[in-house]
Amino acid sequence: MSSTDLVTPEWAAARRNIVRDAAGIGLAVGAYGIGFGALGVAAGLSLAQTMALSLLMFTGASQFALVGVLAAGGGTIAAALTALMLGIRNALYGLRMAPILKVTGLNRFVAAQLTIDETTAMALAHEETEFDGRASKLGFWATGLSVYVFWNLATLIGALGAGALGDPKAFGLDAVIPAAFLALLWPRLKGREAWAVAIVSALVAIALTPVLRPGLPVLAAALVAIIAGYRSRQALAPLSQAARDAETGARDEDGAAPGGGPA
Amino acid sequence: MWPVILIASLGCYALKLTGLSIPQRVLDRPRIRHIAALLPVSLLAALVAVQTFGSGQSLVIDARVAGVAAAAVALALRAPFIVVVIVAGAVAAGLRYLGLAA
Repeated sequence: MSSTDLVTPEWAAARRNIVRDAAGIGLAVGAYGIGFGALGVAAGLSLAQTMALSLLMFTGASQFALVGVLAAGGGTIAAALTALMLGIRNALYGLRMAPILKVTGLNRFVAAQLTIDETTAMALAHEETEFDGRASKLGFWATGLSVYVFWNLATLIGALGAGALGDPKAFGLDAVIPAAFLALLWPRLKGREAWAVAIVSALVAIALTPVLRPGLPVLAAALVAIIAGYRSRQALAPLSQAARDAETGARDEDGAAPGGGPA
Repeated sequence: MWPVILIASLGCYALKLTGLSIPQRVLDRPRIRHIAALLPVSLLAALVAVQTFGSGQSLVIDARVAGVAAAAVALALRAPFIVVVIVAGAVAAGLRYLGLAA
């Protein structure tokens, strides 16, 4: 810290609040982590493979998708493609975060791994000028650390717990998988366009299930988003719309309602 | 299984790093942003549908439907994630236990 970084009482108080919020989001995300750990093992992955996904992939919706598609017999390529397509929005978050974080060198590689819904949302919850940008930066890093630790701990707990459960179907775990996807989808269903895209995508995937190999109907349904997004003439979203959607999700989560998960 | 886990993880990391590294103007187009915001909606909705009704290449109606419907009710009531998934599992398992659904 340089001498210009004086810790004023205002900044000390703001810093406490940011760290407290970050811890709260980490705890809330833990619930998803337990669910993911349990599903990973129930879907046939080993403990090490389930943990590798949380440690390395570290983006919840993609992790759930990879496991879900594999469990449904979708094949490895379809599973990987679905996970990657769900990860595309993290690139957009990175784009938004770059001028705020101004990371260089090794820090950039660490920041990249932490660029997910929750961290972007927490950073954007503060004005870029607030405390010379320190509030945004701390929001990102504190949330990133908190979510990373809790997400991985929770995955471990869930994976160990599922191993002790026994027959997954007797516990309704095959209903838990779509319920988890529904919970991830829920906070994104804002506005008529999102609902329309969701319903048409679901119908397309159902219609294609009998004719395509498992895993492919979901990928085909992604075309609905591409066509709808390309054709849309509605007032186009401001720069961080995707991030703001996630922000609302993260806030909902903070308020004990389901949010987007570390997606 | 390890190759797909590692390759998909590396790919997801590359996406994150790309966003942080490339000049903003390259990806900062309204259409791209719009599609990127809609993609998760589309994929997650398709996953919900396929995982609720699909069984390999056939479509079936079984205890999962009731479980997911119960999850939707829980979500509408703003229940936390862990409650949502437990409700879904419990409803499906309960119907099977009672012999009311496959």
